[in-house]
Amino acid sequence: MALLDSRSRAGYLLLTAVVGHVLLISAQVNAKTGVPILEAVTFGVFAEVQRGTSAVTNSIRGVWTGYVGLRQVRRENAELQRQLSDAQVQLQEQRALADRSRGLEQLLALRDRTALETTAATIVGSGVTPDFRTVTIDKGSLQKLKADMAVIAPAGVVGRVVVTSPGAAKVQLLIDRNAAAGALDERSRAQGVVVGTGDSLLRMDYVSEVADIVIGDSIVASGIDGIYPKGFVIGRVEVVDKSGGAYKQVLVRPAVDFTSLEDVLVVLTPTAATDAARETP
Amino acid sequence: MRTVWLIIATALALALQTTLDRFVRGQLVIDLVLVVVVYTALTSGSVAGLLAGTFAGLVQDAMSTGILGMGGLANTIVGFLAGVVGTQFIVAHAFSRFVVFALATVLHAAIFMGLYQGLGLRDFGSPYRAVLEQALGNALVGVLAFQVVEMLPGAVERRRSRPRR
Repeated sequence: MALLDSRSRAGYLLLTAVVGHVLLISAQVNAKTGVPILEAVTFGVFAEVQRGTSAVTNSIRGVWTGYVGLRQVRRENAELQRQLSDAQVQLQEQRALADRSRGLEQLLALRDRTALETTAATIVGSGVTPDFRTVTIDKGSLQKLKADMAVIAPAGVVGRVVVTSPGAAKVQLLIDRNAAAGALDERSRAQGVVVGTGDSLLRMDYVSEVADIVIGDSIVASGIDGIYPKGFVIGRVEVVDKSGGAYKQVLVRPAVDFTSLEDVLVVLTPTAATDAARETP
Repeated sequence: MRTVWLIIATALALALQTTLDRFVRGQLVIDLVLVVVVYTALTSGSVAGLLAGTFAGLVQDAMSTGILGMGGLANTIVGFLAGVVGTQFIVAHAFSRFVVFALATVLHAAIFMGLYQGLGLRDFGSPYRAVLEQALGNALVGVLAFQVVEMLPGAVERRRSRPRR
């Protein structure tokens, strides 16, 4: 221990002597830059310390700034995502509004085109089972809707009202299995009855084997059923099968896209056939 | 007492150095002051060597035209390290003393010239030969000094009874 102490003392003594000499030298000598050597050495030493401290500080600051920035970026990201979501919702709303406006314009144009008294209605629901292709509209008996009133859309015939309530009505779509409409070929005037199949296509029954019907012909309502106004488009012939007996098998693609139907017109004016039927005892 | 002897030895070394140098006209390759410092360190330890180096070096600097402290710093470090060597190793043989003196001279030259060179105060050119010659001269003188002192009556006993640090 005593040896260590003596060594320590000698070490401290050496350090003191060296420092003293350095101070002595520095007091007399200027560095190459003209600065006293003590100042230059001190500055050099402390500059390194400062550089080290600065490096450490900068590293810590960088990490901290990165952390804080990351948190801020995360917050901004969340805010931007929320704004994007809001914008997307607004865009959807605007797009829906535009579509709705376009649809209403088409309905309005349709109303103006026809001499029929109609009322616009919006589909508020669909059938509860796929076996019955129906929809519910937001107009009912209070709006003078009655059963067997035709429901049309800008693209063509939709169906008919089957049940009404004061504020709503159930509409049987033309594609329902139990739906039917008098129809004729717009080009050849060949007649038949279009019935629903429960699927996406309609079937045109009672088309004579000799009737002139080809694929692509437009099928329109004949008005003979007393429900659908004459001349309204039902669809276009997609399949014509002549292999049957007395009648051709004709399949018709509906003009109306029932899957995207939103707004419809209910024809309030009875057709001539309806009036005739009512007048018949 | 040792301090007095140190002062006397340093004074004698300086006097002899300047006297001899006058005769050989600057061709003296021996640094007697350094020899005294190393001798003191080897015989009295690192602290004594350090103090001897500081004192002798500063005096040498003061008497020269150089920067005060350059030789002092070099002698201080050399004296301290020589003292450490003297206490850590058995430096009783002439050859080992020769080596210590030679290495001490080289170290002194390195520090002294390095300081001047580093500070841009003096250019020593290629001093290797001069340093080597001085190392040999110092070593010879140092070994000789040891031999002379040890031939004095009671020198061994005095050295054995001398505490070292």
